[in-house]
Amino acid sequence: MEDLGFIAASYVLTLGSIAALARWTLRRGRRLARTLRREELPWT
Amino acid sequence: MAVTTQPVQTERPATGRVTATGTRVTRWLAVACWLGAGWLLLAGLVLSPPDVVQGDSVRIMYAHVPSAWIAYLAFVVTAVSSAAYLWPRTRSLTWDRIAGASAEVGVLFMGITLVTGMLWGRITWGVFWQWDPRLTTTAFLFVTFAGYLAVRGLGGSHEQRARRSAILGLLAVVEIPLVHFSVVLWRSLHQEASVLNPNGDVQLDGFMLFTLFTGVLVFTLFYLWLVLHRQRVLWLQDHHDDSGLDEALSARRAEEGTP
Repeated sequence: MEDLGFIAASYVLTLGSIAALARWTLRRGRRLARTLRREELPWT
Repeated sequence: MAVTTQPVQTERPATGRVTATGTRVTRWLAVACWLGAGWLLLAGLVLSPPDVVQGDSVRIMYAHVPSAWIAYLAFVVTAVSSAAYLWPRTRSLTWDRIAGASAEVGVLFMGITLVTGMLWGRITWGVFWQWDPRLTTTAFLFVTFAGYLAVRGLGGSHEQRARRSAILGLLAVVEIPLVHFSVVLWRSLHQEASVLNPNGDVQLDGFMLFTLFTGVLVFTLFYLWLVLHRQRVLWLQDHHDDSGLDEALSARRAEEGTP
C-alpha cells in the first residue's frame, strides 16, 4: 500500500482523539459526581 | 425482639464500578461505536478498492468526509438548541448544555477533518496546507466554534452564559453553507463534492460509497455517545458550581451571625 504512514496516521489520530475525549469525559464525570448519590443524578 | 425482613437501603455513591454519566443505553452505544470502528478500519483499510486516480490515499476519505459531516451536524444541533434556549416557551438550561456539549464534540470532529485533510493534501498536492477557499473557511469555522467554547467559559451566572453563547451559536452556524459551497463559489484546489454535490450525481464506486456511509454511521454513534456524556458532565459542573456558591454564602452568613 502506498503512503501507508499518512493513511495509518489519519486513522490513529481520528480514533485516538475520539478515545481521548471519551476517556477524559468519563473521568471528569466520575470526579464531579463524587459528592452525589447515584439517585440524585437525573439520568439514572 | 422484632426481626425486620426488609432489605437495608444503603446510599450508593454516584461513582464506583459503573461510570457516573453512563446508563444502560450509553453502554450499548459504546459497544456499537467500537464494533463499528473495527468494521470501518477493516473496510476502509483492507476491503475497499484503491481509487483509479488517487490510489490508496482515497482511504483517508472514510475518516475525513464523515468527520466533516458530523462536525456540520454538531454545529447545526448547537444552533437549534441555542434557538430553543432563546425561545421563551422552551427556555431551559438543558438546551444550553446540549448546545455546549454538541459544540465541544463538533470542534473535535472539525479538528479531525483539518488534520486528516492535511495528511491527504500532503499525498495528493505535495503540501500539508494551502490558503485555498475550502481549507481557509474550514479553519475559520473551527476557530469560530473554539471561540464559542471560550465564550462559554467566561464568568457570570448560568443564564448569562446560556444567553451570550446562544446568540454566538446562532451567528456561527451561518458559516457552514459558506464552507460547503466554497469549492463552487471560488476557484479551489480542493475537489468538488463527490456525494453532496448540487447535481445529485454520486461519483463513487458501490463499495466505496458503502464504506463512506459506514463511516458516517459510526461517527454519528460516536457523536451521540459523546454528547450524551458531555451534557451530563456539564450538568454535574453546573451542580458543583451551585453547591460551591451555596456553601460560600452559608459560610459568609455564619461569619456575620445572620441566619
